[in-house]
This record gives sequence, structure tokens and C-alpha cells, in this order.
Amino acid sequence: MTTGAPTSTAGSDRDLAVGADTAVAADTAAYALRLGDDALVLGQRLCEWAATSPQIEEDVALLNLALDQLGAARSLLTLAGELEGAGRDEDDLAYLRDEPDWTNALLMELEGGDFGRTMARLLLVAAWQLPLYAALATSADDGIAGVAGKAVKEVAYHLDHARSWVVRLGDGTEESHRRVQAGLDAVWPYAAELFERDALTDRLVARGVAADPALLEPQWRATVEDVLAEATLDVPQTAWHPTGGRSGAHTTSFGYLLAELQHLHRSHPGASW
Amino acid sequence: MESMLEQQFQATVDADGRIEPRDWMPEGYRRTLVRQIAQHAHSEIIGMQPEGNWITRAPSLRRKTILVAKVQDEAGHGLYLYGAAETLGVDREELLDLLHQGRQKYSTIFNYPTTSWADVAAIGWLVDGAAIMNQVPLTRCSYGPYARAMVRVCKEESFHQRQGFEAMTVLARGTDVQRRMAQDALDRWWWPALMMFGPSDTDSPNSARSMAWGVKRFSNDELRQRFVDATVPQAEYLGLTVPDPDLRLEGGHHVSGEIDWSEFTTVMGGNGPCNRERLAARVAAHDEGGWVRDAAQAYAAKRAGRAVPAAA
Amino acid sequence: MTSQGDRPVEHPAARQPQPLWEVFVRSRRGLSHTHVGSLHAPDSHMALRNARDLFTRRQEGVSIWVVAAADVVASSPDEKDAFFDPAGDKPYRHPTFYDVPEGLTHL
Repeated sequence: MTTGAPTSTAGSDRDLAVGADTAVAADTAAYALRLGDDALVLGQRLCEWAATSPQIEEDVALLNLALDQLGAARSLLTLAGELEGAGRDEDDLAYLRDEPDWTNALLMELEGGDFGRTMARLLLVAAWQLPLYAALATSADDGIAGVAGKAVKEVAYHLDHARSWVVRLGDGTEESHRRVQAGLDAVWPYAAELFERDALTDRLVARGVAADPALLEPQWRATVEDVLAEATLDVPQTAWHPTGGRSGAHTTSFGYLLAELQHLHRSHPGASW
Repeated sequence: MESMLEQQFQATVDADGRIEPRDWMPEGYRRTLVRQIAQHAHSEIIGMQPEGNWITRAPSLRRKTILVAKVQDEAGHGLYLYGAAETLGVDREELLDLLHQGRQKYSTIFNYPTTSWADVAAIGWLVDGAAIMNQVPLTRCSYGPYARAMVRVCKEESFHQRQGFEAMTVLARGTDVQRRMAQDALDRWWWPALMMFGPSDTDSPNSARSMAWGVKRFSNDELRQRFVDATVPQAEYLGLTVPDPDLRLEGGHHVSGEIDWSEFTTVMGGNGPCNRERLAARVAAHDEGGWVRDAAQAYAAKRAGRAVPAAA
Repeated sequence: MTSQGDRPVEHPAARQPQPLWEVFVRSRRGLSHTHVGSLHAPDSHMALRNARDLFTRRQEGVSIWVVAAADVVASSPDEKDAFFDPAGDKPYRHPTFYDVPEGLTHL
């Protein structure tokens, strides 16, 4: 990663440096928010499996994964609020923002569907979060590096879990093969968004704060294709690459997810829980 | 010969020793334990539903996290208990079938709806509180695997009750709406929690035998009284009113008014507010997951097949 | 969907219970593995992962063994006399024989 710009203490250079620091803080806040939104939205989808998993062991496992994602989300949202410096805490960010202000990738918000689709989505996400957090563990921002250092160990386990199930479903029965392939086909088009660069990532990559999204793709692809081969599944081909999550343009189901997430909190303005 | 084995068995129990899976045991002891442990396990699994209902709607990220951890623990407790039951020669699949067919039961408390967030707090405070009263004596039950599973469960359960009481405290000290929510939850959960201990032992024919076998240590009434004595001061601390106009202090104990056992009978008989819904959800999860379990099994079978080397 | 070598074989009504595994955990260095319970899983890979989720709640540094229950060979209590009596009259082998002073641990 490239190192950050050197700061200077002389006169107008200092003003520039402070201005630059403020801008970096604002950018880092936005970046932390993206990562936090990703984790929170995925965590929420995983929570939906409570008491409805195919076997009790899987209730335990999926809620484990949900706890990991929620934990990372809380750290990242808290960090984003601090960097933003407007007094917003994790709950303000989670419960009081409207749909256009959410910056998670669309892949996270897709409905879980059946277990095959949930595991296919988890595979694509975990295979991306692993190199992402590994890179961010040496971020120039200490807050992000700290969260990433912890998350990378957890996400290795998420990838292992997704891999175990995608392989078993792909190479299990005729029915499981059909279902997991269908799930994979449904979520695959949304993966491209994970590797998109924009002005925010360009600026933060230059400062060593963010990981370059495009550079994560080769490792992701190698991991995913390896799992799919073992699972006897086809790598989906698509010309459709839906995007827009990073700028608040979400899918239809996101509004419902947000309503469920936020309704109780919003019904009692200012209350503590 | 059998009477000698029976004497050995009873001597072990009387000396507060443990009966282990391969020991000789009376058939009645084995059957009673299978039913009791299985129904305990079923209760944990069904119990995930009323609280699980609020996970996606939890009003803060901290509460959401705590609730996920609690519901996850309940799934885990179910697994520990099914494991203990299986040491007695039954299979989890058989036990689940009996649950799904309504031939084995689960705690009546989980047949009530959770209509507000305060219910989640009340369940932690009252239902887990009552469960702990029942479960701590079971850590010394005569059957080893059950006792050991209960030790593990009890360690995790104390966090459940504490977080429930903490959540109630925040509500009781919160806005007017929150205080009313908390009182309403107490109003609806108090009597069902008392009923969790079961009817008076004079109406419970199997109690004496269970006590002789070291499976039951205290009577239902004793445990219920302990619960009331512990909980009334907690309600006072919260500034909430226990919904019992006949509650009085007598001989150092908080004595309850009459329990309406007809409600208990109705709910036990399958006609509580949520019986059908709870069982239907449980059956649906099981049925809809069949293809996943089949796939795992097919995969394992194929690997086992492939592992066999070709004949020379 | 194109075919890819072996097609998955359909296993119709064979809804058999998954194999049972006994789980042993060493919670930290210096201790032995102890039996913590049992669980069902279709194979050893999943058994190990289920055991981690169920019995260690994601604590780092623990060691887990899973053994197929069918592979455990046990002695029978009925044979107790032959197996255990010789040690029965040597109480100094049993930890309960020694008085441990109050407040000391690791003994």
C-alpha cells in the first residue's frame, strides 16, 4: 500500500494539512460506513435463519456468523461516527438513516432465499471479505486496521463454512445440485459491484487507507472457481452487472429490510434500550 | 439377579452417586428420563421462536447482538440435551418425530405470543429465572449425562436472566410508553411463569417416584415458592406491580394467590394462543431442510465410496 | 446446465440419522482432552466444525477431537471386578485419597 501524504507544520502548509486531514477523515468515515453497512445488512439477513435452519447445528453456525458480522458492523459504524465528528453513534447510523444514505453493496441485501442461495451468497461475500480484510489489516487508519485484523480470522471461518456447504450441496443429490446452482445463478451478477473503483476508493487507496477493490478480484475469482469446481457447479456467465449500492440506489427488498430493522427504534424517538 | 442389580442401582442413587449410560437401570427410570430430557430439549428449540421473532427488529445493535447470542445458546442447549437423551438408546430423529406428532411436549410457556419488545426482556427475567430454579437442582440429578449437560446449560443460562432483568430495568426507568410496555409484559408473563413449575405435587403422580430415583430433588411447590420469593423483590426494585392482588407476606414468604390451573390445562392440551403456530414453524423448518440433510448424507456416502481402493 | 463428469446420485427415501460423534476438548495447554458430549454430523469435517460451534463458542487455541461413536470401545460395568479390583485396594492412586489444603489449585 502507498503511504499517506506527509504533514507539515509551516503556516499555510499547516492549514492545508489540517484541511487534508479533515478531508481524509471524512473520506475514511464514508469508507468505514460502507464496510459497516455491508456487515450489518449481511448480518441482518443471516439472523433471519434463527429457528428456521435445516438442522439445529446450522442455527448455531449461522447465528455465529451473524454475531461476527454484527460485531464488525458495530465497530465500523462507531468508527465512522467518530471520524464524521457529528455526534452520531452506531445506533444513530443504523436506525435513523433512510434508504438513499445506505452504502452497502447490493449483494448483501439480497433476500436469503433457500439454504442453497444463502450459502452461494455467503461464498461470494466471504471470498471477497477475506482478501479485503487481509489488506486492510495494514491500513494507514488504525481504526480500520484494528477491525480488519480481528475480522480476517472470523471471515476465514465464514469462507470455510460456505465452502463446506456449497461443495456438499453441489456434489450431494440431484435436487441439492439444482437448487444451489439456481441460487448461485441468482446472486452471481451482483458480485461485480464488489470490485468497482470510484473517486472515494481512488483517494483512499492513494493514502493507504483503503484496499483497491479491483485488485481483490483475482484472488476472489480463484477461490470461488476452485470451490465451484469441487462442488461440480457451473461458473455462471452473465452480461448483467447491477450496481448502485455504494450511492444509495438499492433493490426493492432493501426498503422492507430497513423497515423491519428500524421500525421499533424509530417509534420511540430518544428512548434508551 | 435383577433384584440384585436393582439394589445396586438404588444404592448408587441413594448415595448420591451417578448412573452412567452402560449401567443397568430400571426400564421405568430409562423411560422417564428419555421423556423428561427430550421434552427439555424440545423446549429449548421451540423457545427459540418467541424471542427469535424480535431479532431483526431489536431496537439497538447491542440488544440485537445479545438476543442473537441468547437464541444461539438455546439451540446449543437443545443439542446438549438431545445428546444426553441419546445415551439412553434413542435417536434424535425419533424424538423429533414424537415432538412433530405432538406425542412429546415442550414447556407450556412457549405457547404464548411475544407481542412487544418488553416480552423479550420479561422472558429473560421471568422465564429464564424460573428455568434456573428448575435446572440448578438437575445438575445433581442421578443420571450422569443429564447432570453434566445441565452444568453446561446453567453456566450459560445465568447471562440470559441477567440480560433480561437489565433490559427490564432500562424500560422501567425509560419513557412513559416504555414503562407501560414493561408493566404490560409483566402482567401477561407472571402467571404463565408460575405455571412452569407444574401443578402441586399432590396432583402430580410421578413426583414421588422421580424423587426416589434422584431425578427430582425438590417439589414443584417448593421451587415455585423459591421463585416467587426471589422475584417479588426484583419487581419492587423495578417499580412494577406483580399482577396478583392476593400476593401477601406470610411467615417470611411472598405467598401467591390461587393459580388458575384451567389455563394451564388448556395450553397443555394444545389450545394455547401459539401452540399450532409453534409446532407448525418447527415442522416447516424440519421439512424444508430435508433436502439439505439428504445432500450432506449423499456427499458423505459418496466420499466413503470413493475412499475404497480399487480391487487389485 | 452442462454435465460435469459424475452426476450426483439421488438418494431417495434413505433419510437415516446422521452418524454420532463423541467430542473431546482440551481447553488449554497443560490439560488433557476431556469428553464434553456428543453430536450428529454427516462426516468428520462437519463434525469438527459443529463441535467448534457447539462446545467452544469460538474460543481460540482449543484442541478438539471428534471420534465416531461407533469406533469407541468400552469396558462393561459388569466386568468391573476383574478390571478394577486390583487398583481398588490401592487408594493412593486415587486423587481423593489426599487432603488438599484449602485455597490451593492445580492439585
